[in-house]
Amino acid sequence: MKRTPLFAAHQRLGGKLIEFGGWEMPVQYSSITEEHLAVRQAAGLFDISHMGEVWIDGPQAEAFLNHVLTNDLRKLAPGQGQYTLMCNEQGGVIDDLYAYRLGPAEYLLIINASRIPNDAAWLQQQLSRFGPRAGVRLQDASEATGALAVQGPRVAAFINLCFPGPFTGGAAVGLPTDLKKNQAARTRFAGRQVWVSRTGYTGEDGFEIVAPGEVIEGLWNRLLELGRPHGLRPAGLGARDTLRTEVCYPLYGHELNETTTPLEAGLGFFVALAKGEFIGRAVLAEQKLKGVSRKLVAFKMAGKSAPPRPGYPIWSQGGAAERIGSVASGTQSPSLGIGIGMACLPYRFAAVQTPLAVEIRGQRAAALVVSKPFYRKPD
Amino acid sequence: MANVPSDLKYAKSHEWVRLSGDVATIGITDHAQHELTDVVFVELPALGRQVKAGEACAVVESVKTASDIYSPLSGEIVEANKAVADNPALVNSEPYAGGWVWKVKVSRPEELNALLSPEQYLSLIGGG
Repeated sequence: MKRTPLFAAHQRLGGKLIEFGGWEMPVQYSSITEEHLAVRQAAGLFDISHMGEVWIDGPQAEAFLNHVLTNDLRKLAPGQGQYTLMCNEQGGVIDDLYAYRLGPAEYLLIINASRIPNDAAWLQQQLSRFGPRAGVRLQDASEATGALAVQGPRVAAFINLCFPGPFTGGAAVGLPTDLKKNQAARTRFAGRQVWVSRTGYTGEDGFEIVAPGEVIEGLWNRLLELGRPHGLRPAGLGARDTLRTEVCYPLYGHELNETTTPLEAGLGFFVALAKGEFIGRAVLAEQKLKGVSRKLVAFKMAGKSAPPRPGYPIWSQGGAAERIGSVASGTQSPSLGIGIGMACLPYRFAAVQTPLAVEIRGQRAAALVVSKPFYRKPD
Repeated sequence: MANVPSDLKYAKSHEWVRLSGDVATIGITDHAQHELTDVVFVELPALGRQVKAGEACAVVESVKTASDIYSPLSGEIVEANKAVADNPALVNSEPYAGGWVWKVKVSRPEELNALLSPEQYLSLIGGG
């Protein structure tokens, strides 16, 4: 199993380590609920060094990325990022990712840990088939690069102390809190270049920092020290999962896979059919025209019940109950105190208020399709 | 440090046993509740069920996962603690008191000899 630069720090903090996507990562330090609520109410610090980083630059980088990704990269000014997907020819999702335009012809892709080998191979393969490939340079820097996410309503109160500037690339800002959502800018920490973006996977305000592996532990310690007076605590993958589930963000391998399309996953907003040709476009355009036959829905347990878990069977309700799918993601919601989940179901079961049944250890428990997300941060 | 009361017997699978006459009360240890953290749901065994030692009888669910609780002793389930079904956090806050899970009328008392003493259990969990 792979370890991040923070492995020893996690052990010292009492983190409980588990395998995730080939990495040995902390699932929690004290309790998932406590860490989850800290992020909702104050701040949490996550090691996301397992995630992959791919740098792409050159005069044809934009054309290449717009060919392999579904969203329209041309919309991005330097220092802006966007959520996007990489699909196969059938429209199935190879990965979901964040793409940043760092400079006029320089890009950074943040990809899922479990997908790094697949993504790197796919990108290389597509590049070899890409006409003007000489104008594209592609580098998978996942091994040497670490990343942190610092998330929660109190983060803006201390993040500037960690990165006082100057900012010398990406968005033109003086301080991190000048960044707007999805913007990124370059500064220095401990003598090394780091990228700070206003992004996250929790539904809260927050920042993500991409930095060379050598400075990750220093950055982690500095953020913990600056954030502690504001209620910052280290948070593990358990809280990361419950936080993203409450806001219905997909997780590759659960809501997304190579046989599910972005439209079926409810991510049509990130598929720019109008931008011209891209891999998977033909299938996605037809789906858009004819409608999808299945759709990712959010559901909550209707009564007192055990939490739904990934893989549990889902049944229709009523007389002739039939098996209609499986739980993609499911957990107890720490914010709401009920079982919540997501599942890809036949379209006729996708309407809000549709009754469902989740099979939990052989017993069917009532559930209800609800609108997404489960949780929205207070204005 | 995990609390390991000296008047109880323990199973390697982290249940405790308190025997009173021929009825044993069963719950999960302080160490186990600490490892599970945040119990959010408890599924109780049915009354009257005949169980064998080592059989899964109840389920405790934390935010992250579902874990079986095994019966350390054979016998008939004679009581289940509705209070933990209503308030699963009792398993965390009072593992040896209000957080008990079920009672079994013991059919094979000799099985008690196979259970761990407090000292043995403490050593199993690495001194607590």
